[in-house]
Amino acid sequence: MEIRPVFASLRKHRIPAMLIVLEIALACAVLCNAVSMIGQRVNDVRLSNAIDEQGVAVVSVDGNNPALIASDIPRNLAALRGIAGVQAAAVVSTLPLSHNNWGWSFGLTPDSLLTDKDTTNISMYFLGQGGPEALGLQLLQGRFFNGDEYAGSALNGSPLPSTHVAVVTRRLAEQLWPGQPALGKTFYSKPYAYTVVGVVADVLRPSVNATNVYQSAFFPLSGDASLSHYVLRSAPQDRDRVVREAEQKLADLDGTTVAKGVSYEDIRTRYFANTSSMAWLLVLVCVVMLAVTALGIVGLTSFWVGQRRRQIGIRRAVGASRGHIRQYFQTENFVLTTAGVVIGMGLAFVLNVYLMRHYEMRMMPWYYLPAGAIALWLLGQLAVLGPAMRAAAVPPVVATRSV
Amino acid sequence: MLRYYVDLALRSLRRDKVLTVLMVLALALGIGASITTLTVLRLLSGDPLPQKSSQLYYPRIDPNPRNGYIEGQTKPEAVMTYVDAMNLLNAHRAKRQAAMALMQAKVAPLRAHERPFYSDGVMTTSDFFTMFDAPFQYGGGWTPTDDANRAQLVVIAGFLNDKLFGGANSVGKTIRIEDHDFRIVGVLKDWSPQPRFYTQELGGRSYGDGEAVFLPLAAARAIDITPNSVNCFASVSDMKHLETQPCMWLGLWVELGDAAAVASYKEFLAGYANQQQSLGRFQRTETDLPDLMQWLRDEQVVPDDVRLQAALAFGFLLICVVNTVGLLLAKCLRRSGEIGVRRALGATRRDVFVQFMVEASMVGLAGGLLGLVFTELGLWGVRHQPAQYASLAHLNIEMFLFTFVVALVASLIAGLLPAWRACVLAPAPQLKAA
Repeated sequence: MEIRPVFASLRKHRIPAMLIVLEIALACAVLCNAVSMIGQRVNDVRLSNAIDEQGVAVVSVDGNNPALIASDIPRNLAALRGIAGVQAAAVVSTLPLSHNNWGWSFGLTPDSLLTDKDTTNISMYFLGQGGPEALGLQLLQGRFFNGDEYAGSALNGSPLPSTHVAVVTRRLAEQLWPGQPALGKTFYSKPYAYTVVGVVADVLRPSVNATNVYQSAFFPLSGDASLSHYVLRSAPQDRDRVVREAEQKLADLDGTTVAKGVSYEDIRTRYFANTSSMAWLLVLVCVVMLAVTALGIVGLTSFWVGQRRRQIGIRRAVGASRGHIRQYFQTENFVLTTAGVVIGMGLAFVLNVYLMRHYEMRMMPWYYLPAGAIALWLLGQLAVLGPAMRAAAVPPVVATRSV
Repeated sequence: MLRYYVDLALRSLRRDKVLTVLMVLALALGIGASITTLTVLRLLSGDPLPQKSSQLYYPRIDPNPRNGYIEGQTKPEAVMTYVDAMNLLNAHRAKRQAAMALMQAKVAPLRAHERPFYSDGVMTTSDFFTMFDAPFQYGGGWTPTDDANRAQLVVIAGFLNDKLFGGANSVGKTIRIEDHDFRIVGVLKDWSPQPRFYTQELGGRSYGDGEAVFLPLAAARAIDITPNSVNCFASVSDMKHLETQPCMWLGLWVELGDAAAVASYKEFLAGYANQQQSLGRFQRTETDLPDLMQWLRDEQVVPDDVRLQAALAFGFLLICVVNTVGLLLAKCLRRSGEIGVRRALGATRRDVFVQFMVEASMVGLAGGLLGLVFTELGLWGVRHQPAQYASLAHLNIEMFLFTFVVALVASLIAGLLPAWRACVLAPAPQLKAA
């Protein structure tokens, strides 16, 4: 395919050519960044969480008398375990992605203070007996808590439990003691100290952000009002029935409390609702933008074809095949798209840097640029196909007619 | 003359129906997206109390230990300890002042077979209602004496009054909150200033419904109601008696009438920080006194996503405008012959230019009308999103008119290049070619 005539004719139609290039460049810049934003959000929504997300449901009980809590919890748990289909039940203080975060900063030396600079903020989960089994925590090393450790741990108005054992997530263990076994190590916040007895697969924090995702630790606790979430584990098909029955049962046991049940899947969906709706909105913007760009290419190319009917006829008359004519317009589009894409990749990069500076946006992975380029090449070729076919259909006899 | 141009434009637009529809559609999509996001952005960055916001200030001090302080970078804390809030409150250096924290309150039903429910609440001091211009349907707020006496009084929101009392005047009646009796002294009208400025940093939402119950701070704390958000900066021994702990959980707002009052309050605040430092309570003396709108900016209350959406939408509008330029240009070049004839018959360059601009603005008006439809559609979509601000998304008259301004400006910019190309065409070659 001869490319020189393409350039010659583009030089004659500089402004329309430049407009196509500009449109493609802008589309490329916006597309790359929008797709990058979508990817970032999809990653967030898909964050792994090592509990039994399908089987867990939660009934939160509020408004009970703190003085009676030590006897209320065993009574409630016994009632919940009586519901058909419940495999395990326990009380916990909070759940991953529930927004209900109790964070504390710990250091690695016995005199570490909450206010020290080089401490690690850890989300604290307090578990009643049976908590690890009810949540479906996955033990990687060590052990969970024994009965004495649960029974011997209390808050009594202080912010941290009186126990001296903890189970941490793998990510937290790696962050606190990189490259070393975490079992038997201790973390401190004067006057509290906790020794790691077990390591579990990564569980999300009650609220996550860019830097704090998996820094969670679990502590045994018994008979405290902060243990207000009843975790019920059942087969996924029983779950919705179980949570309804449990809500009813807990409300009936104590009419002065407020019991609210929800499946864990709903907690997760709610947490990421805004994120996923933003992702869908971005998808919509990308689709509409690509459609507008494609329509623009169709419009301008159609006009070109119309304007050059005579020349096309002449070329056909002097021996060019339909394929040649079609290829001519396709090549022309390829040249324009390439120019647009090259400028567009530069623009996309600049836009990315700007967005990173002003918004919570990560660096765009490099392969988004060539991927965006290929997408626009394909779009360009697709858009030009119609007008190019129409051009190819121009009969040679047009050359002999005046307009 | 203008009527003739409009007539010409209509003829020309009708001749190329597909191209016209493409142009109008693209422009309308761009305008719809931009106006939708701009409407949301404006709503979210609005003034919650337009008549009062310039007089409301939010004092900030810093009780944190020296450790971690970076000169010039570390901002004072956004909430206060009980001790500091009470010291500043009781100094009465502003026209009005109120300390507040958010809470969750269990409200008992009045009928026997119903279950108790949880409501959002505020525990605050007596000036809250007058300072924030909260409108009352029945009754009023409580007095400073009631604050001091820990009187179990409550102001309830209109929607709670509707729910419990069917909207009747309930002043003097008693409701049970957290298993204690509280006497109603006032019922508010619908009141929920957006953004929710006084809930920032206190564990509340930035947008959405207002609180259902308002209790005197001392009375609420006397029955152990805990604030939504507590932030401690040193070891805590007793979470029950937060008043004595190194924990921050109260927001303080003050009303200052004029610039002189602001200046003197700033001085007072700096003096307070220095005094506390010499007493050994403070190790940092930085203070700040943002007004309401500045406080909302400091808090970056408008979600990042909303600002990103607006930026993206205007990028999209730009693409649509470029697209329209291309299509208008294509149309205009195709009509070289017609332009040649008009020029030869005596039309000046200016006439041709105006004619094409009229055509472009017709496309713009049509794009604006259709864009309005897309905007309504987009806002309907926003209202069905799970966001806190979803229910606020409505088009107001300002944005309605602004839509047409954007449409006209966009189309006139799009029309400039084609119109210029049309008017500089030399008539003779065009006539010959035809």
